[in-house]
Amino acid sequence: MSLENQSYTLRVNNKSLDVQDAWIGESLLYVLRERLGMPGAKGACEQGECGSCTVLLDGEAVCSCLVLAAAATDADIRTVESIGDGQTLSDVQQAFVESGAVQCGFCTPGLIVAVENLLTHNPRPTEMQVKEALSGNICRCTGYGRIFDAVSVAVARRTGVSQ
Amino acid sequence: MIYSPKSISNAVQILQDDPDAQILSGGTDFMVEVNFGHRAPTSVLSLRAIKELCTWSQQDGVIRIGSALPYAQMETGPLAKLLPALAQAARTVGSPQIRAAGTLGGNLGTSSPAGDSLPVLYALDATIIIATATGERRMAVKDFMVGPKRNALSKGEIITAVELPASTGYQGYSKVGVRNAMVISIASACLVHNPIDRSVRLAMGTVGPTIIRASAAEKWLGEECDLASASSITPAICAEFGRRCGDESQPITDHRSTAEYRRHAVSVITSRLLERCAAS
Repeated sequence: MSLENQSYTLRVNNKSLDVQDAWIGESLLYVLRERLGMPGAKGACEQGECGSCTVLLDGEAVCSCLVLAAAATDADIRTVESIGDGQTLSDVQQAFVESGAVQCGFCTPGLIVAVENLLTHNPRPTEMQVKEALSGNICRCTGYGRIFDAVSVAVARRTGVSQ
Repeated sequence: MIYSPKSISNAVQILQDDPDAQILSGGTDFMVEVNFGHRAPTSVLSLRAIKELCTWSQQDGVIRIGSALPYAQMETGPLAKLLPALAQAARTVGSPQIRAAGTLGGNLGTSSPAGDSLPVLYALDATIIIATATGERRMAVKDFMVGPKRNALSKGEIITAVELPASTGYQGYSKVGVRNAMVISIASACLVHNPIDRSVRLAMGTVGPTIIRASAAEKWLGEECDLASASSITPAICAEFGRRCGDESQPITDHRSTAEYRRHAVSVITSRLLERCAAS
């Protein structure tokens, strides 16, 4: 093993997963997709601008392309794969489908994580709070209107208040 | 090799044993360089596990912010009340994802003239606390940053905290970019009014090789107005103050903006900050 490579264990979606002999400079995004078989987080800009790679690190939404995987061994990592059970959709995912908030779909996993994170911290966000919370997730298809509609639908269902 | 020490003393010792270890804070600059092949670390010292660096405290009117506290924790809550301009600056950093990761220590370590928090540190005459092999040294922020992406940190040293005085009067921050979110500034500024020592301090970002204090404009304002309160600041004084701040800026033309636009923008935002101070 080269000195620049290291083996380590990450805690992802409540599972301990071993990463063998990996270059220490690899981002969490790369390790999730290429070494751990979790392609939910998407890679696009690789510089934290697009939000397609958003995951939760210790309960906070971050860009996984900007997390050094080998330095995140103490963190609780949650990816989009932990939302919904793979068979049925979560309420946020269902709201995205019903509202037509998915077009090409590339930004969708990052948006789903960002919306789940927003509603965990703030169950009844105002329109401005939704816009600010999603300002780090870039969608080039939908123009955001349907994404904001989807958030409204999810909020209404969770809180039992129609909007 | 990745090092994840839990204490500052361990971290300093690691840098003694492995001087080439590169220091990683929030990763929002560091990882971009790695991802684009501009940085290929052979060993990394991560500050993530040092809890002491991720906290803040307040004593005798001085607020000490750990170098690895994320911006998200400065945007709202008690720290935002103590340092409103820092909260405003923190809110302009990148996106929520970036603010959950980025830190003051990272902005200082990178020392970009466009670092969003840096004008706040300059306007408040922040003190930078640095851990060294032999203990600790303290440095005024104006002596810390020496040029674009250059600072006075020596090999083996770690930025551990920033000390700032709690707000005693109006303070505000303003930033110009091509859009509202997720943008690197074209010009930025922070204004701090201290009615007790009758001063206004003004620092400008992205309009020079380092952050620039508008010292001549500050002095002129102090001669024009009694700054024991903001009530004698007139609209004409605000306009002239902005013009003088623009004169003290040293902008360059690059791929983000022309020097002329930067100077104009910084005049407008410094004038507006003084208007907000007058209205406060």
